[in-house]
Amino acid sequence: MKDYDLIIRPKRHAFDINFKEIWAYRDLLSMFVKRDIITVYKQTVLGPIWFIVQPIMTTLIYIVVFGNIAKISTDGVPQPLFYLAGITIWNYFAESFNTTAKTFTENAGIFGKVYFPRLIMPFAKVTSGLIKFLIQFVLFLAVYAYYIIVGDVSVNPNWNIALLPVYILLMAAYGLGAGIIFTSLTTKYRDLTFLLAFGVQLLMYASPVIYPVSTIEDPRLQTIALYNPFTPILEGFKYAFLGAGHFSWPNLLYSVVVAIVLLVSGIVIFHKTERNFIDTV
Amino acid sequence: MKTVIKIENLSKIYRLGEVGTGTLSHDLNRFVRMNILGQDDPYAKIGHVNDRTQKAEKGELVAALQDINLEVKEGEVLGIIGKNGAGKSTLLKLLSRVTSPTTGSIKVKGRLASLLEVGTGFHPEMTGRENIYMNGTIMGMRKWEIDKQLDAIVDFAGVAKYLDTPTKRYSSGMTVRLGFAIAAHLEPEILVVDEVLAVGDAEFQKKAIGKMQDVSTNQGRTVLFVSHNMPSIRTLCPNTIWMQQGMLHKSGNTNDIIDEYLKEQINSQVGSTSSFPEDKSKPFQVDSIRVLDKTHQIQTSFECDEEINIEIICTSRQAIPGLYGWFDLTKDNGTMVLMSDTYDFQPNCMDSLEPGQYCFQLKIPRRTIGHGKYLITLSFTSRQNFSGFQIDKHEYACSFEVIDTTTPRGNKRLGHLSTLLKWEKTKLL
Repeated sequence: MKDYDLIIRPKRHAFDINFKEIWAYRDLLSMFVKRDIITVYKQTVLGPIWFIVQPIMTTLIYIVVFGNIAKISTDGVPQPLFYLAGITIWNYFAESFNTTAKTFTENAGIFGKVYFPRLIMPFAKVTSGLIKFLIQFVLFLAVYAYYIIVGDVSVNPNWNIALLPVYILLMAAYGLGAGIIFTSLTTKYRDLTFLLAFGVQLLMYASPVIYPVSTIEDPRLQTIALYNPFTPILEGFKYAFLGAGHFSWPNLLYSVVVAIVLLVSGIVIFHKTERNFIDTV
Repeated sequence: MKTVIKIENLSKIYRLGEVGTGTLSHDLNRFVRMNILGQDDPYAKIGHVNDRTQKAEKGELVAALQDINLEVKEGEVLGIIGKNGAGKSTLLKLLSRVTSPTTGSIKVKGRLASLLEVGTGFHPEMTGRENIYMNGTIMGMRKWEIDKQLDAIVDFAGVAKYLDTPTKRYSSGMTVRLGFAIAAHLEPEILVVDEVLAVGDAEFQKKAIGKMQDVSTNQGRTVLFVSHNMPSIRTLCPNTIWMQQGMLHKSGNTNDIIDEYLKEQINSQVGSTSSFPEDKSKPFQVDSIRVLDKTHQIQTSFECDEEINIEIICTSRQAIPGLYGWFDLTKDNGTMVLMSDTYDFQPNCMDSLEPGQYCFQLKIPRRTIGHGKYLITLSFTSRQNFSGFQIDKHEYACSFEVIDTTTPRGNKRLGHLSTLLKWEKTKLL
């Protein structure tokens, strides 16, 4: 009787991740996504409308503060469109990061009672984040369509729009990778949670979300902006839809490589943590 | 018979307390002081006395399981008994892969489902139907498998009328029934069950036990069953293992093992009073229990003609909605002869108990229970507590003896009660 289906052992290799098993649990992933959507819809008065209220309010505030008071350039693009574009794509990262970064602490109850591949949980969060993103993206498209119909000459869409799925995937990869590293660390260091809230905020100001890279004049700051892996995504997204911004293949490739490194190390760290984390909670 | 579970040299070591100091700033501070400035560890505990009754110090290693070797054959229904802390739960956690072992291995043949809790993943805002799919997929079922079993699950749980109602409108009993129904229809080759049958009403318990027997005798399934309920282990499991201090103490025929187990509980539990160390992590806990006579003196032996007072001192640290107390008396042969809970008198006096220390007194009237040795079990539970139903539990917390010397039949009386019935005589002819 050598043919056992399952062998439970103390040590597993760092890269011994059972993707076949994750695939076998794909129905669970869709149930978690469904649960996220249903519960948001049922527990609030306005339901999914909240998803679009937030970017609208943020855009209005940015127009007042950054557009009119600080008078930061938007590369000649109408301010509402410029800010909304930045917020929409950035929010997907922020949402993915914020939700996956709480994987272990928020699901300790379930994880302590039943086994399933733990990666399902952050995957589900990124997927429900994608639905939220798509709703916000529709809002962006509506505002976008308005400017196209009005015939605003400063809005120049181009074939780079075809790269949209790449940008979305990259944001998902950054959110997921950073989130699962973060949640793995918080099982040991609870005080890191304080970093979570303002960390994303700081990262947003460090990335060209509400300003274009072209406004940076200091060459040292330009170098920093160049090394920020979010820059090619944010600039590329704006370039594709608005025609204002900077796009180059090497920069995009750099961002892809960083994303892959982050995601792989995230999965390895997460995998190492998930085995015994329930003992330390 | 094929071996479906093979456990070899299995151990699980826990480091008590937190690993490190728990916060990054403390860890960094310690690292800098010790390794760069060459000072002593600023967070080390000084004056550590190794005492079993003291709470464990940080960093102390404890073997929750030690060198377990066990083989379970296909179709076997194996009971697992032992006191709290004997390692039963740890064994189940390892089997269900919630945590991983320190040494050794477990080999499993076939699909293993574990039931450490019913209704994992239930969300009160979702309907019964949605929750069936949620919980079913968490337990590893595919969507099409649930589609196929849906009618059977709904029928078994008896919730057909409320299938599209959010489960927050369900009674706690209904929620538990639904949770168990899903688990019962998982159709795994091996089922690992923790004490989940303790919840739910008597009728449902019977049904659930019946369903589990079904599973093992008709379909050749293997069941591992942990319970504190000796009668249900006796009816369900032909063989039982007895765990003690993380080791496999004895295994064999269930009746023999349970008899011996209970005998030892009685013998080791000489006192009619027990107190429990303070555990601030518990929102509610029992501090002490005493068995007193009517003059409030601690007694270990009572006459059937005396009333028996049980005094329980508890501390509530935060109000827990739905908290209720459970008290039962078990005879040394494992028969439960009396149980009482705080729902017996409405309103439940423990529901959302304000923080503070309380004394609860239970009075067993004279001539109620028969002669013999009794063990008291206390359990405090809330089904509305999300971090675990069980709040505090003391199985066989203390014991006392009842003797009958005032009647001619005395200690030879059969049955469980000592109530005297008057033979009213009327001459008819």
